[in-house]
Amino acid sequence: MTASAIPPTSSDPAVEIRGLSVTFGGKVRAVDGVDLVLGRGQAVALIGESGSGKSVTLRAIMRLNPENKTKIEGSIRVAGQDVMAMSKRELTRLRGRAVAMIFQEPLLALDPVYTVGRQITEAIRRHEGLSETQARARALELFERVRIPSPQRRLDAYPHEMSGGMRQRAMIALALACRPKVLLADEPTTALDATVQIQILLLLRELQAELGLSTIFVTHDLGAAVEVADRIAVMYAGRIVESGTARQVVLSPNHPYTIGLLSSRADGALVKGSRLETIPGSPPDLANRKPGCPFAPRCFLAIDRCHKEVPPTVEVGPGHGAACWRSDEAGAAFRERLEAVAAVA
Amino acid sequence: MSAAIDIRDRGGPAQPLLTVDKLIKHFPIKKGLGGKKAVVRAVDGVDFEILKGETLGIVGESGCGKSTTAKLIMGLIEHDSGQLLFDGEKIGSRALPMRSFRAQTQMVFQDSYSSLNPRMTVEASIAFGPQVHGVPKRQAIERARSLLARVGLEPTRFAARYPHELSGGQRQRVNIARALALEPRLVVLDEAVSALDKSVEAQVLNLLLDLKQDFNLTYLFISHDLNVVRFICDRVAVMYLGQVVEIGPADTVLASPSHPYTAALLSSMPSLDPDNRTEVAPLAGDPPNPIDPPSGCRFHPRCSLMEPVCPANVPPLDGVGELHRVACLARQPGSGHSLAPAQQVAA
Repeated sequence: MTASAIPPTSSDPAVEIRGLSVTFGGKVRAVDGVDLVLGRGQAVALIGESGSGKSVTLRAIMRLNPENKTKIEGSIRVAGQDVMAMSKRELTRLRGRAVAMIFQEPLLALDPVYTVGRQITEAIRRHEGLSETQARARALELFERVRIPSPQRRLDAYPHEMSGGMRQRAMIALALACRPKVLLADEPTTALDATVQIQILLLLRELQAELGLSTIFVTHDLGAAVEVADRIAVMYAGRIVESGTARQVVLSPNHPYTIGLLSSRADGALVKGSRLETIPGSPPDLANRKPGCPFAPRCFLAIDRCHKEVPPTVEVGPGHGAACWRSDEAGAAFRERLEAVAAVA
Repeated sequence: MSAAIDIRDRGGPAQPLLTVDKLIKHFPIKKGLGGKKAVVRAVDGVDFEILKGETLGIVGESGCGKSTTAKLIMGLIEHDSGQLLFDGEKIGSRALPMRSFRAQTQMVFQDSYSSLNPRMTVEASIAFGPQVHGVPKRQAIERARSLLARVGLEPTRFAARYPHELSGGQRQRVNIARALALEPRLVVLDEAVSALDKSVEAQVLNLLLDLKQDFNLTYLFISHDLNVVRFICDRVAVMYLGQVVEIGPADTVLASPSHPYTAALLSSMPSLDPDNRTEVAPLAGDPPNPIDPPSGCRFHPRCSLMEPVCPANVPPLDGVGELHRVACLARQPGSGHSLAPAQQVAA
């Protein structure tokens, strides 16, 4: 059995994460009990601020976190196969072939001393055993697919010879080289200019639909998440605090943190020059977790119970969950705010 | 500090605090093995004014020259030609020597960590500038502590800390406090909130609004985030490849842009409405290289309104409304562009 041989008829979800916890150096619990299911052909956005555990969760799926310093608990299955039980060899087959990843900074992710074409053909030959000519033809096809202008010539370019947007397209081509079923994207548009960012977001959406990719998209930008994802999961202090369809999370949030994120956006200000609504304080120290809900010290709805007991995820709508003791009150507070905005406008 | 008359205010309220006139900066580079000389036209003829008490935003993509403009204003690099006037006086002239200009203008950078000395406590960092300008140490430290309190960092907890012991948002507050230590009149904020998480960004933006009022400040706010610019700026200048292509009141420019590039920037912002996602990218390709900018209007290769006149003529930055100027042939009467408004008959 090979790790990459995903039975095409299997009905297992593309990625299924249960009770995932990741601890660094025995102290810092960066991810704390994450459950995440990615259906086939679905796009899920993991959003959160720095240190919320979104990238760590993503990397855990390919077991990319440094083994000797990291303790991973829980279960991770890709197309029904247990990633936690895989040998080094099986992992090598999984990475790049069944699951591929794109990163925020392509200049760091690509090898500076080889042409991009060489890097792509190497991946294809290694995983699929094609000849140099066949691999090169596939690479060219991929470059056309991600719409790199003059693709033939660009295959022979080094990463530093390309512009930022072009490099990101090349990295997407590299990720797609072995026809993966799952694409993991870690802030792929954060370092790009606005007019280029939207091009890459649209390309990802298009590729996802056409190739039937299952995608997990990590970002801190709600707008980018809405553009590409069917579902959104909001992370805070290593936990998923709210998840649902993009509509549910953005239009009727039920967790005070999600509401804070939506309200503190500069475009959400009621009156120009008036003060922005903010989330007071700062995220908790992950090395010294306190009992109760990690958001409680910053929460406008916190009651005694929030500081003592960790809230379970409750269903607030079909497929819409929030981990909050006061999710009903939170939803009501958001609706009130919307009415206030409408009254001013 | 009250809004009492500032003795340094020489020109009166109508005199712009800063006038930038035909500013040019080209960086020489060597190209290829033959060493053929080329220049990066980072800033290529930029004009604008910053009025007293306003916040002027500069927006644009990487390589458009917005940060170079800031560095030229601060005198961190020297301009090739053009003129910079501060409150009516030429910067570096006898009437306004560099040293006294620098005491009145301060800058906050994007990277909060690399702009602080890692071996100095934050209190010492904030007190450093005033000491250089002759304030006794004890007094400078006292003022540093009151500034720390003013930017929301309890002095007893934070004064003796080093930069690595603070979070990104806290460090940026320290940088803001340090910028205010010399009681400047103009503060240049170069992507000062861009590296912060959204919830922290909102806190720092609120702080900047409060400080502006309390200390009678004028801001030059450089950013790539149009939402933030719309929120904090009174006027906004849009730059493209080293030139200002549109300038005017933020509400006008960002609500009904005149330049096709401004319009494209605005529609490139991801929508927050799941029922109304972006379907077509407004622009193709990356911003071109400022080494060899396109002829005529520099935006023409990417512009949806491009006509044969565009590569041939450089559009002037002309008025389209009160205080609103735009550099686009499609908006300029008599330019030969089919969309240009009819030429006005001289009265």
